[in-house]
Amino acid sequence: MTGRAIARRHLLAGAGLGAFAAPAILRAQEEAIRIGEINSYTTQPAFLIPYRNAWILAQEQVNAAGGINGRRIETLFRDDAGRPEDAVRLAGELLRSERVHLLAGGFLSHVGLAVADFANQHRRLYVASEPLSDALVWSRGNRYTFRLRASTYMQSAMLVEEAAKLPARRWATVAPNYEYGQSAVRWFKELLQRARPDVRFVAEQFPALGRIDAGATVQALAAANPEAIFNVTFAADLTNFVRQGATRGLFERRQVVSLLTGEPEYLEPLGDEAPENWIVTGYPWEQIDTPEHSAFREAYQRRWNTNPYLGSVVGYETVNAIATMLRRVNGTETEAMVEAMRGLRFQSVFGPVEFRAIDHQSTMGAYVGRTVLRDGRGTMADWRYADGANYLPPDEVVRQLRPAAT
Amino acid sequence: MAENLLLQALSGLASASSLFLVAAGLTVIFGVTRIVNFAHGSLYMLGAYLAWTLVTALPRGPLGFWGGVLGAALLVGLIGVLVEVLLLRRIYRAPELFQLLATFGVVLIVQDLALLVWGPQDLLGPRAPGLRGSVEILGLRFPLYDLFLIAVGPAVLGLLLLLFHRTRWGTLVRAATQDREMVGALGVNQRLLFTSVFFLGACLAGLGGALQLPRESVNLHMDLAIIVEAFVVVVVGGLGSLVGAFLAALLIGELHAFGILVFPRITLVLVFLVMAVVLVLRPHGLLGRPPEAPPAGAGGAEPPLRPAPPALRRLGAAALAAAVLLPPFADAYALSVLTEMAIFVLFAASLHFIMGPGGMASFGHAAYFGLGAYAAALLAKWAAAPMAAGLLLAPFAAGLFGLLFGWFCVRLSGVYAAMLTLAFAQIAWSVAFQWVEVTGGDNGILGVWPDAWAADPLAYYYLTLAFCLGATLLLRRVLHAPFGYALRAQRDSPLRAEALGVDAFQVRWLAFSLAALAAGIAGGFFAYAKGSVFPTALSIPRSVDALLMVLLGGVRTLSGPIVGAIAFTGLQEQLMRLVELWRLALGAVIVALVLFFPQGLAGAARAAYERRHGPAGA
Repeated sequence: MTGRAIARRHLLAGAGLGAFAAPAILRAQEEAIRIGEINSYTTQPAFLIPYRNAWILAQEQVNAAGGINGRRIETLFRDDAGRPEDAVRLAGELLRSERVHLLAGGFLSHVGLAVADFANQHRRLYVASEPLSDALVWSRGNRYTFRLRASTYMQSAMLVEEAAKLPARRWATVAPNYEYGQSAVRWFKELLQRARPDVRFVAEQFPALGRIDAGATVQALAAANPEAIFNVTFAADLTNFVRQGATRGLFERRQVVSLLTGEPEYLEPLGDEAPENWIVTGYPWEQIDTPEHSAFREAYQRRWNTNPYLGSVVGYETVNAIATMLRRVNGTETEAMVEAMRGLRFQSVFGPVEFRAIDHQSTMGAYVGRTVLRDGRGTMADWRYADGANYLPPDEVVRQLRPAAT
Repeated sequence: MAENLLLQALSGLASASSLFLVAAGLTVIFGVTRIVNFAHGSLYMLGAYLAWTLVTALPRGPLGFWGGVLGAALLVGLIGVLVEVLLLRRIYRAPELFQLLATFGVVLIVQDLALLVWGPQDLLGPRAPGLRGSVEILGLRFPLYDLFLIAVGPAVLGLLLLLFHRTRWGTLVRAATQDREMVGALGVNQRLLFTSVFFLGACLAGLGGALQLPRESVNLHMDLAIIVEAFVVVVVGGLGSLVGAFLAALLIGELHAFGILVFPRITLVLVFLVMAVVLVLRPHGLLGRPPEAPPAGAGGAEPPLRPAPPALRRLGAAALAAAVLLPPFADAYALSVLTEMAIFVLFAASLHFIMGPGGMASFGHAAYFGLGAYAAALLAKWAAAPMAAGLLLAPFAAGLFGLLFGWFCVRLSGVYAAMLTLAFAQIAWSVAFQWVEVTGGDNGILGVWPDAWAADPLAYYYLTLAFCLGATLLLRRVLHAPFGYALRAQRDSPLRAEALGVDAFQVRWLAFSLAALAAGIAGGFFAYAKGSVFPTALSIPRSVDALLMVLLGGVRTLSGPIVGAIAFTGLQEQLMRLVELWRLALGAVIVALVLFFPQGLAGAARAAYERRHGPAGA
């Protein structure tokens, strides 16, 4: 048992050191506003490396412009390895040892929910950037949590608008077998049938996330002979699905409506095999030439020598939102920051955005368009910006969806 | 309709072939070296990445493509040799399953290296020249490449069977599978044999990965996505049996292809349901044979347990005093880490209870940890019960399921038993994951926070310490009681134990349930420490963590799991915060520890003590 005693003593020494070190750090950077950022960097690098790059860019811009009322902002990044329990521990570390003023980040929905609940319990602000789950702001929404990214509901609603215009009546769905996929399918079915009572859903497939058996899934969908398909798979599952579907002719004479597929994260790996004429939500980064977006694109390309992904926009705008909020409050008191976040308006690279007071969801939208092949790679055409504000349920429905509304 | 079913069957065959290629290498390696090669999935992933690099670098055309695929397989074979010579060769004599720890270190290292070399984005390889399109079968289109894959599976199986039955090398390998010692005694160079077997197995993994290039994108999640399924195929087929692995792959491929027609949501759990059914009906898989000698007999009886020597007692008392007296001076975050450590000490100790003295490894111990956590959280959510009630219910719920699952599991032995525990754990996990109305699905249960009297981190730490350390010491006490003697007796020699009147089944069953109960206590405290419960609490990574803690500390010492839990939790906590490439660092540390302390940390400490003072206790 020698090892046990030694290990424990070492640990206590280390922990003690942390406790004593913290005040010293605080003294050294008395003025800086500290943001604690937790994300699944090691498990989702494709999205999160561009995200963190843009975050750093935005932070540098804020600080170069004199910071927030003269105070610099700085960020402590933490990797939760995709595990909610580790995210909760790191949230505790950031709040208690590192004395950050607010928490931010999140990619996976369950990790985001765990941190949101922790923030609620400890009454600290949490600005969730990416987790898409509707539960984050609705069924389990709380006073201290705000979410930037357009939710599963909003993106499904954007696609329903397009899907309802199609002649197709027989629909099939394919979605990864977890909450995001299930809610996307549920909303899509519900909203589409409301808009088009003549629509029927003839097949559904729920492959395990990251482990799609694409051949069997494609064959099972084809056997139901639908007129149109609603796809929610993404990343590696999407690639495998597209390859098998194209070879087996699943997409011929069928409309496909697909969530997130227009995002460069998922379109780019498909190369010249990117599907054509799918109706998708996404981000045609090379074609958006508004002054705000062009400035962002150029700054990002200059700083990182690469093109922006959607993750970059999410990271950039999270900092932008936090900085705008901080400029409105005097200091970093949590309740004041929460009040400032409610109804906060700011100019994003996509357009004006508001964090709704009613459910703490931002109105940042997404681009809806068709996929096309240009110069041997997939991109979007005929796209338009769908403002998130137009794709949220009426207020009385939201109040029902968000029982713990404050 | 009929043509659709035929195509569904063909799709199933294609997946079965892909699965078989990976599983074949795993079963060959296990058959001879008895190594549970957790890094097999990493070799598969490396095969795919290397094939991508070679195929895109070589000139386009059939020669470039197939040359790239074969080149990648050979390169992965060489990487396998490297791993065997530098790492595994040095620890063949370590306790059973210890190599799992080493290969897990390799998994972590490969994950970060692959990210560094190939970047974060998914890579799409070119399609196979000549096999790009599809053929019409009964008026429906079927990919040519999938037809090719359907043929590759049986072809590889045939070649392997020829290799094993028609060459001298193959005969030696089969002999080594039967009796390693005897083959060595007959003058065969075992080292060379093992290295060559590892080369073959790694080649097959690499080939399996490389052949996925025209079907799937190459990505950083391939390793863990395939490894568990490959294990299931190997175990369902019967360890070491190639034909068995082939049949198992067919069974799983076809059941999957047709299963999703009826139950689209069965994808998460199907392979584990198949494995549970097969193992309950056939304890050694489809074509596996019961081992000739009792499994534990291979390494000889383990040294008996003795009461702790005075020096160890003094150290233990000092550590306990530190754990009680120092925390008031620690900050809130340090307290939360200490609380977590106390929980994991009990979790690891409960696994060690059945794994060390009980002689039954479990790959699914997180089931009971998670069931405890869910019991506490569900009671809080649905009955708004106070914390104490949840903490009380947790061990009972876990213990009950321990009784239920244990009844099936303890009949089996070795890796089969371990895989059956995994099957049950995955079934429990998929229920927690899919029963959204009750468990909240993967969004979990939130708001499980301690009652006001225990809300202070220090108070909650003391509460956790009291119960978790208390339960750990109780488990330790049980091992020194007559029950513990019976448990160790049935592990070391089932026959003699039976002759002495020990009902081996009953002893194992009770021990399993007791371990489940203890894990449930840890789970309950975990739920309230984190404030939320997710299916990750009973997922495979959580089970693997427990295994790593026990192996790191040393399976053959009673203090091993305690040391291992503290070391592993502490290491991971520090590295995750301080190092960006923490997986690389953690993997390297694990590999180093494995090489320097093949008996585990506590085992090494005991060996050092015994060198000075003579035989000591645990």
